[in-house]
Amino acid sequence: MDAILIQLLNGLDKGAAYALIALGLTLAFGTLGIVNFAHGALFMLGAFCAVSFQKILTISKKVKDESITFFDAYKEKPYLEIWWGDTGTAIIDYAVPLSILMAIPVMLLIGFIMERGLIRHFYKRSHAEQILVTFGLAIIIQEVIRHFFGANPIPTPAPDVVSGSAAVGVFFGLNENLVYPWWRLIYLAFSLAIISAVFAFLKFTTFGMVVRAGMADRETVGLLGINIQKRFTIVFAIAALVAGLAGVMYAPILPPDYHMGMDFLVLSFVVVVVGGMGSLPGAVAAGFLLGILQSFASMTEVSSLFPGIDQIIIYLVAVIILLVRPRGLMGREGVFED
Amino acid sequence: MKKNDQTPSLNRRGFIKTAGAAGVVASAPMIFMKGAYAAKDFRNDPKDSKTVTLGFNVPQSGPYADEGADELRAYKLAVKHLNGEGDGGMMKTMKPSMLKGNGILGKKVVFSTGDTQTKSDAARASAKRMIEKDGALMITGGSSSGVAIAVQGLCQEMGTIFMAGLTHSNDTTGKDKRRYGFRHFFNTEMSGAALGPVLEKEYGTDRTAYHLTADYTWGWSQEGSIKKYTEAMGWKTKAAVKTPVGAGDFSQFITPVLNSGADTLILNHYGKDMVNSLTQAVQFGLRDKQVNGKDFQIVVPLFSRLMAQGAGENIKGILGSTNWNWALKDEGSQAFVKSFGAEYGQPPSMAAHTCYVQTLLYANACEMAGTFYPPEVIKALEGFKFDGMGNGATEYRAEDHQCFKDVLVVRGNQNPSSQFDLLEVVQEVPRAQVEYKPELLGGDLGPYEV
Repeated sequence: MDAILIQLLNGLDKGAAYALIALGLTLAFGTLGIVNFAHGALFMLGAFCAVSFQKILTISKKVKDESITFFDAYKEKPYLEIWWGDTGTAIIDYAVPLSILMAIPVMLLIGFIMERGLIRHFYKRSHAEQILVTFGLAIIIQEVIRHFFGANPIPTPAPDVVSGSAAVGVFFGLNENLVYPWWRLIYLAFSLAIISAVFAFLKFTTFGMVVRAGMADRETVGLLGINIQKRFTIVFAIAALVAGLAGVMYAPILPPDYHMGMDFLVLSFVVVVVGGMGSLPGAVAAGFLLGILQSFASMTEVSSLFPGIDQIIIYLVAVIILLVRPRGLMGREGVFED
Repeated sequence: MKKNDQTPSLNRRGFIKTAGAAGVVASAPMIFMKGAYAAKDFRNDPKDSKTVTLGFNVPQSGPYADEGADELRAYKLAVKHLNGEGDGGMMKTMKPSMLKGNGILGKKVVFSTGDTQTKSDAARASAKRMIEKDGALMITGGSSSGVAIAVQGLCQEMGTIFMAGLTHSNDTTGKDKRRYGFRHFFNTEMSGAALGPVLEKEYGTDRTAYHLTADYTWGWSQEGSIKKYTEAMGWKTKAAVKTPVGAGDFSQFITPVLNSGADTLILNHYGKDMVNSLTQAVQFGLRDKQVNGKDFQIVVPLFSRLMAQGAGENIKGILGSTNWNWALKDEGSQAFVKSFGAEYGQPPSMAAHTCYVQTLLYANACEMAGTFYPPEVIKALEGFKFDGMGNGATEYRAEDHQCFKDVLVVRGNQNPSSQFDLLEVVQEVPRAQVEYKPELLGGDLGPYEV
């Protein structure tokens, strides 16, 4: 039972990241009809918002390290600590959650610029052209990040208070030694909150209602005198924001590097296809489902029977689902079935 | 007509005498003079050039990039010392040495660099570029055994000497050894032989181990060696799971350990992979667990100060082995640390140490051979015994081109006295304990002439 709980939590945790990225992808595809291969880069840019914010907070002065006598060595002391003492240290410690404040305007702006500057010119072009141009954009973004931040992963730790583990075993009435990292639980809760907020926004606001109508029939909504294009630009910016926030909060789990977006992009496209192209609930459900399957596939009992299954399980399930249900788990009838 | 009025004519006897004398004179330099081998044609022969080019092929990106950056620092320092700049570092302590601080064989040392990206194909491409376009006479570098083996194979084909940097797999000087490849760094067999008795003393003979192993030649080699020595002393192996290099998030591999019944986790990871997997193992509470009535333990068979720095608090108390540590008190180590520290403001890592030593050893071998001609330089290195380079008395064994020297068993320091004092030396394991017969790891060096 202990093993199942841990694998389940781990699966939900991974699934949360897949679901958040897939959600943004589906929003862009469902509203704009755009297959955005630069979406993984948006996830990576979010993570680098956390990195940048941390770097800004830790701008330092070099101080001589008196404990080294062999040669002149220096320690870096952040100005925030010099000026504000413990308060400065605490602010640096909370760099990742605080960087959300920076990530929100930055990601919305990036989404807006991307859509207005490039994506809108490709609405009426084929999916193949969209893929080519967005994939090219992703590579450009990657290389820009590589130029400024280097090729190596940059450690971006969670605040000290949540860097340890929670006694989940006690909570579930199981083995009291059963623990799970706090930050991963926070990431799961954060993802659920963001997913709920996006669904609530689409379901309960007039803006959301128009967007949903536009997703179903863009032409009719336009004939009603509604500027659907303007709303779709905002939707694209929101999709960028969702991917960015997923990246910010993922930084303490996986030290960001310029390539992390590509690693998630392929998996997220599989998630979108399994969930059903254009289906928001499908993307979320498939994200969690595939995350959990991947986690259980890595259990010793399973991997000893089928070595390497954890590396291919997601693609295996995708193949099976597409064979028996080409429109995906929750895709609309007739969409991508031919 | 007087006889002495006659014009001297060449008779048979005279011709043989003259030709014989000319032959002796012509062949004398080949027998008695150093540098006579320069007459032989070989790739990138500097001939009359005033400089000689070395190729430094290190990972500047990827999971082993920190080690790569430190290796490059060491190479640059070695070049500086060879050219007679700076304080000379270990050139002053190396014995025996023919290095004079005037470059190599009087030619100033220059270098070109390549980024291996910790990928074999990229590493071979950059080595090939340095040999063919930059004219590199010797290639050196490492941090991944997969890369080292691939580049070593290329260097054998191209007749260029390869002085391996950090490479720890048995295969580098075992089944994949090459005549043109030399390794100063220790290997997994030596790590196992050094670490095994310490693990037995610290954790006993009744343990169940779970291995997480980087899925390439080094990981397999290390897993095999640690299994060999721990199982010989009574430990059981619960599972050995292969993980992709550069995986980043190891949670899906760590969670199965929690309820596997294992009481010891062996992390056969290196560089950033090790930093990530160890950090995540601690986050998942492994170090606070009790299994089979014993405290759960984590062992990292190969670790360096750079990794300890990345892992922070998590490394404290963890046992492993290392090739060299900056805190050693011998004359050579201290000279190198002083020199490196003055240049870069930090002590060198073990990766930096092995690269620096390899560069000096190559230069010294050229001086000993009196030529850059690779087969003669190889012969000068084979069986070369030296001291004063930080590891005590060391020998480049002729049969497999593996250096044999003392090995350090270290533990993450519980009470560091400075920001760099991260590893505590538990034991300096003597060379005799880690030495093995060359036949053990197989392989064939191949020919001198290619």
